[in-house]
This record gives sequence, C-alpha cells and structure tokens, in this order.
Amino acid sequence: MATDHSRLAGRFMISPAVLLLLGWMIVPLSMTIYFSFLNYNLLSPGMEEFIGLTNYEFFLTDPAFFDALGNTLLLVGGVLVITIIGGVGLALLLDQPMWGQGIVRILVIAPFFVMPTVSALVWKNMFMNPVNGLFAHAAKFMGLEPFDFLAHAPLFSIILIVAWQWLPFATLILLTALQSLDKEQLEAAKMDGARKFRRFYYIVLPHLARAITVVILIQTIFLLSVFAEILVTTNGGPGTASTNITYLVYLQSLLQFDVGSGSAGGIVAVVLANIVAFFLMRMIGKNLEA
Amino acid sequence: MGSINLENVSKSFGETRVIPPLNLDIEEGEFVVFVGPSGCGKSTLLRLIAGLEDVTTGTIHIDGADVTEVRPARRGLAMVFQSYALYPHMSVRKNIAFPLKMAGMDPGEIDQKVDRAASVLNLTDYLERRPGQLSGGQRQRVAIGRAIVRSPKAFLFDEPLSNLDAALRVNMRLEISELHKNLKTTMIYVTHDQIEAMTMADKIVVLQAGVIEQVGSPMELYRSPANLFVAGFIGSPKMNFIEGAEAAARNAKTIGVRPEHLRLSTDSGTWKGTIGVSEHLGSDTFFHVAAEGIGNLTVRAPGEVELSYGDTVFVTPEPDKVYAFDDKGQVVR
Amino acid sequence: MARKSFNMNKVYFTVAAWAVGLLIFFPILWTILTSFKTEAEAIASPPLFLGFDWTLENYAEVQERSDYFRHFWNSVVISLGSTLVGLLIAIPAAWSMAFVPGRRTKDVLMWMLSTKMLPPVGVLVPIYLIFRDTGLLDTRTGLVIVLTLINLPIIVWMLYTYFKEIPGEILEAARMDGAGLWSEIVHVLTPMAVPGIASTLLLNIILAWNEAFWTLNLTAATAAPLTAFIASYSSPEGLFYAKLSAASTMAIAPILVMGWFSQKQLVRGLTFGAVK
Repeated sequence: MATDHSRLAGRFMISPAVLLLLGWMIVPLSMTIYFSFLNYNLLSPGMEEFIGLTNYEFFLTDPAFFDALGNTLLLVGGVLVITIIGGVGLALLLDQPMWGQGIVRILVIAPFFVMPTVSALVWKNMFMNPVNGLFAHAAKFMGLEPFDFLAHAPLFSIILIVAWQWLPFATLILLTALQSLDKEQLEAAKMDGARKFRRFYYIVLPHLARAITVVILIQTIFLLSVFAEILVTTNGGPGTASTNITYLVYLQSLLQFDVGSGSAGGIVAVVLANIVAFFLMRMIGKNLEA
Repeated sequence: MGSINLENVSKSFGETRVIPPLNLDIEEGEFVVFVGPSGCGKSTLLRLIAGLEDVTTGTIHIDGADVTEVRPARRGLAMVFQSYALYPHMSVRKNIAFPLKMAGMDPGEIDQKVDRAASVLNLTDYLERRPGQLSGGQRQRVAIGRAIVRSPKAFLFDEPLSNLDAALRVNMRLEISELHKNLKTTMIYVTHDQIEAMTMADKIVVLQAGVIEQVGSPMELYRSPANLFVAGFIGSPKMNFIEGAEAAARNAKTIGVRPEHLRLSTDSGTWKGTIGVSEHLGSDTFFHVAAEGIGNLTVRAPGEVELSYGDTVFVTPEPDKVYAFDDKGQVVR
Repeated sequence: MARKSFNMNKVYFTVAAWAVGLLIFFPILWTILTSFKTEAEAIASPPLFLGFDWTLENYAEVQERSDYFRHFWNSVVISLGSTLVGLLIAIPAAWSMAFVPGRRTKDVLMWMLSTKMLPPVGVLVPIYLIFRDTGLLDTRTGLVIVLTLINLPIIVWMLYTYFKEIPGEILEAARMDGAGLWSEIVHVLTPMAVPGIASTLLLNIILAWNEAFWTLNLTAATAAPLTAFIASYSSPEGLFYAKLSAASTMAIAPILVMGWFSQKQLVRGLTFGAVK
C-alpha cells in the first residue's frame, strides 16, 4: 500500500543489506564447496587437484567423524535436556510472588553475558581442577577422592559448562512466555475445579509449547557450533573424547592445513544445521503471518 | 484556489478493484464529505487525492493542474489523520512547525505562523508539551494546527473524530465547521457517520463498494435519495422499508417511509400493529411497532408519548413522504 | 487463615528462588571474589570466602603484563564498530520492509534469517584464506566486517519488529507535510524508534563482545579482543587464579551491566520476535 515512488525507494534502501548478505553467503560457501572437491593442503601450495568426492569419503569414514558426530549430538541433546527442564522449573519459580524478584532475575540471567572463553576458563580452573578447584575442595571435605572432571568426563564437563551458559537464555524466554499467559485463563480453570498439577499440564504447558520449541531450535543452532569452550578446556581430548564437528573441522583445516577435507567437513556441518534450520524457519515464518 | 477534479479515476490493489472508474468535481471552497460504510473505498479515494496511493487509471487535477504524478508533498494539500499522526518525539510547537521547516521557511516566520495558529486553536498554553501529555481533543487540534499553518489548497480529513468520545465529537464537529467558515478553504472529509456528513457538508458524496451512489447537498439527499442504499444510509433512525403486497400496490418492489413521517394513533389508521420496545429520549420517543402484514416499523413520535408494550396502535404514513423503489433499488418517481 | 498461608508461600518461594539464583550466579561471584585475593589465598585449602586481605594488585598486574587495555580497546572497537556499521545498513532495510512491504518481503526476511543459521565452520576455510590474502587477518577491520555480516540478520530483524509497531500514518503525515525520504527517516522514523534502536544496539554489542569463534580464529596478537586474550590464559594452568579472575572480571563486567539493562529486549532479539 504505497506509491510506486516509495516502493522504488524501498527496493533501493534494502539492497545494501541484501547484497552484502548474499555475498557473505554465496562467495565463501561456494568456495567451501569447491575446495571440498580438491586435494588442497596449505603446506603444499600449488598442488591442488580435483579429486571428486574423496574428501567426503575420507571425512565421513574417519572414525574421528563418528566420534565427533556422537559428541555433537550428545552435547546438543544434553544441554537441551538440562536447559529445558531447568528453564521451565526456574521460570515457574521466578513467576511466583516473592521478595527481590528483580534481583533474582538478574542473578539468574548473568551467566548468559559471560563470554564463552571466560566461563570455560573459570569452570576449568576454579571449579573442575582436581587440585585447587572448588569441587576438589568439596570432595576432600566430604572425605572423597577429588575427581578430575576434564580428564575423565570431558564431554560431560563441557555439557555442564555450556548448560550453565544457556540455562539463563531458556529461563528468560520461558519466563517471558509464562508472563504473557492470560491470568484469567488460570482463574477460569480454577473455577472449573482444576487442581494445581492439572492446571500446569492442561494450560501452562500448552501455552509454553511454542516458546519451548523456539528455545530448542535456537539453542540447537548455536550448540552445533560450540567451539571456544572446547578449545579452552580440553582441545577436543583426551583423544577425540570431546571433539565435536565444529572442532574437528577447525582441527583439520587450520591445524593440519588440510583445506580439502576441512571443507568437506564444513559442508557436512552446513547440511546438519540446515535440517534444524528448516524447522526453525517454519516456526518463525508462521509467526510472521500472525 | 482549491478546486479538485477527478477524471476516470480507478484503483486496484493487485487483482482486486477497490474503486471502479469514477468522476468527481469538487468546487473551490466547498466542504465535501465522503460517507459510506466501512470498506466502501472512501478512505482510499481520499488517499488517491492526497497522493499517498497511485491511481490505477485516470487523472487528478488540482486548480486545473494535472497532479496525478506529483508527490504528496508537492500537491499543496494538508491532511488530518484518524490517529492524528502527531510526531510523539516533538513538542506541540515543533509538530505544528514541521511542515514549514520542511518547506525551508525561516525560523522567525515559522514562530509567527505557529503562534497565530496556536491562538486560533486555543493551544497557546500547550506549545511546549509533548503530544502524549495532551487530551484527545487537544491532539486533534494540534493535528489541525499542523494542517492550517501551511495554508493548503485543500484540507483532507480522514475520519478525524472517530477516536473521540461522543460529547467531544459534537464540539469538534462545530469547531471544524467554524474553521471552514473562517478559512473558506476546500475541505474533504471522510466519515462513516451520516450525522457528521449531514451536519457539516455542503456536498455529500455517498459511496458504496467504490461506486458513487449519489452526490448532493445534505437536504437533497434526505429529501430525494436516488436509491435504496442512500435512502437507508442517510437519516436516523433508518428509513423503514416495506416489501410485498403493500409495495406492489404502488407498483414498486420496495417502499420506504422515514420514522418521522409516520403518524401514530390509538383508534384508526392505515396499518394496525402492536407496540414493542419503546425508546424514550425525552424530546422524541421511538416506538418499534409490529404491523400486521407489513413487518416491523420504527415510528418517531415528538415529545413524551405514553404507550405500553403490547398496546394496539394504528400507523399512517404521510402520503407525499412515501418513497417507491424498483427491483434494481432505484427510486421510482 | 488464607492470608497467612499466602504469606508463608511467599517466604518459601523467596528462599527457594534466592537459593537457586545465588547458586547460578556463584561462579561469577567466586571469580569476582578471587580477583581480590593474593595468588596464595586464591588456592588456599579450605577455600577462603570473605576472610582474606582484599587487594587490587591483580588488576594492576594484569594490565602491566598483558596490556589488558589494548585488548579491551580492541573489543570496544570491534563490537561498537560492527554494531554501528550494521545499524547503518539495517535501518534503511528495516524501514523498507516495515513500511513498503512487497510480495517478497517475507521471503527476504526469512532468507536473511537463514544466513544466520549457516554454521561458521562451513565458511571458515575460505574466509580465513581470503583474509590471509587480503591482509585482513588479525586486523580490527577484518573482524568488524565479519561481525557486521554475521549479526546483520539479527539487527535487521529486531529493527523490523520495532518499526512494525510505529503507525504508518505518522510517516504518511510526514510525507504530506513535505518531508522527503531522507527527512522522513532522519526527522521522524529514527527519533521515534530510538528505544528500539537503542536496545538493538545494546544486544548487538553484547553478541559481538562475546563472539568467540571468529575472534579466536581470525586474530593472533594485534587485533585480539578480550575473548582471545582470555583464552591465552588457558596454558599456565592453575598458577594464576587471582590474575585470571581479575582479567575475567574486567572482561565481563561492562557487558554484564549492559546485559542487565537489556533483559527484555534480549528475548525479542534472540527469538527473532517469535517470543515477546
């Protein structure tokens, strides 16, 4: 609903953003695809040759890939379970009448603003360190042997760190959704004789379903790309025990300089992310129409 | 200054045609009201004149000059929007000054003009406030102030009173009429409220589904509506429509009588019926009468008339005030 | 009776919520506390909570040894720079989509979003090589470019949802009042959208400040922002707890404060308007 003149202006105004993003998406991505068909190592420049799907074959049959795929799924799944269940619980708790609600909210939300490298280092050294970490102190205090988290349960430790960072996000979004619930609906249910648990099950949970889905999808996008936490704490080890796909690609391309195989891995990561993105986009798109 | 002519103007949004080609001439200094039910295209027509939408076909002339392709700002028109569309981040003074600032007028002159407009509109004490701190009526006046400082060729009003409460609406109606008498500038006013149309207009344009049903002065439309739609739309309460034998007797598909043209009697008359709900306004009383073989009729009785629910009454139409319509809804003379 | 039980509930909820809140916040609190200890106190067993000699020594030393403020400044330049450039590109785009939407506007919005979902490793290699060949590696300019591009979809989206709430009539009024496109955006739209633009700015600075994939992979020493600077503490394990804490506290403090101010907008920005 506007004139041709303003429509033309509209096209003109949107074009820088569109062109830049188009460039950002197409140029490097097509280069990645191209590289993924080459035998290309940064240590032997000028030796590039077309080798078809060999990189993919190499990457996908590498036992490290299966470890990384499994770790990626465990990491994403573990963090999702912790943050969703914890987030719903926390959101319900924070929605109750209490003193100092604003301050508690601020406390809960804080970890989300901590940069990944800081939270990884703080957890690694000050909590999980088997000698000086607080967990070690606590174990000694209770007469137990201190546990070396990052050496013996590296993936679990990383899941814990990442979950701590993302729990506030889930809580904040679920709390926002919870507060948008029409209080009269709950009162009507109360009048209809529904007890607390049933009110939660039949009214609150369905209301939260959308927000939960959004949290799952958005977190998945970010969690597929967890990188700094691994780099800082375990370097993907011991062995491949805490290597995810993102880290594996980094390892192959920037540490082993194998551009071809790294690119193939990058494309595999893109495909995985697209599967998730497909569902997320449908959710958001639906919302756009409403 | 301020004549507007539309020639073969039509508007389609994509495949849907909102306004079929129409012609309309607005004389200089006229107060023209576009009236019709919501969705009849009256606002779209106004926006076409304003230049906020492109016409699909046809041409628009203002003072004889073709402005069809001219940008809104260059058409020399001022518009008052339904939501007032005040700039919330600017003081009242800056709001009113905005069009002058855009026109590149020098600040001293702007201040003068703004002060003059403010005193006309009783806004002098509010010049430094923000729109958010004003009442609905005051906001309305600021919007009008922003329009008059530019001394436009014509004012366009898009349902300007619909966000005000009933009492204020009556006041603002008078103020706008007063303003028109003083400025003598062409005004085009869009409303869905036929009372506003009747009370303010020199000329009413009745629209339905983008089509102009009738153009005329308020009393012309009241006295001789061209068709069923205009007859039913103009006048309050609505004209009674009667179909069937009674209409056929007058060689018509439908006949219509306004409530004020029906006489009530307890002993004799043309149609016999029973009193249903009655609405006592003090100055008038409206009776809903279920007439035998006719249907429900609204009857207006002057002053206080005491009749009770279920009473038997007789209703008689004034003979020369009965309108007859053919099967296409056009009036039969 | 009913009133009393209500109050008791409030007490229980308060205790429970504060307990959980403090537990979640504890790692940050502990880091801040440790930053004021001496290195010996930092690894004392049993750990010291408050009974230690407060000192600012670590902060001074962090600055002295590792040129903290250079990295801090890098973070400021990179996050602020990428945000401002992003806003400059995104404001016209969001204006266009909110006020002159076409048939394909929705598709464009969704497509922009989809670029955000491209995993960074998918383009790591080419970006690294392009940067190496153009001399952008380990420069602030390079990082500003990358962070602008990766956050552009979020900026456009957030602005779009804010602009949608501004009634189009006001912009039409400006058009009637003789404002050209430029005046319309500068004098009317932008001032009205200030709260929305401010929260977009805030959220984006936070995201850029904490971005830890590109900043780690594309910098070495010169342009390293705080994310990369802190990562360099991962090698001398366990020996410098107090200094690590001081550096960490300084790295997160500014953003923590900004984040607390932008809680509400955060939800909207990070869910692309799907939850408000």
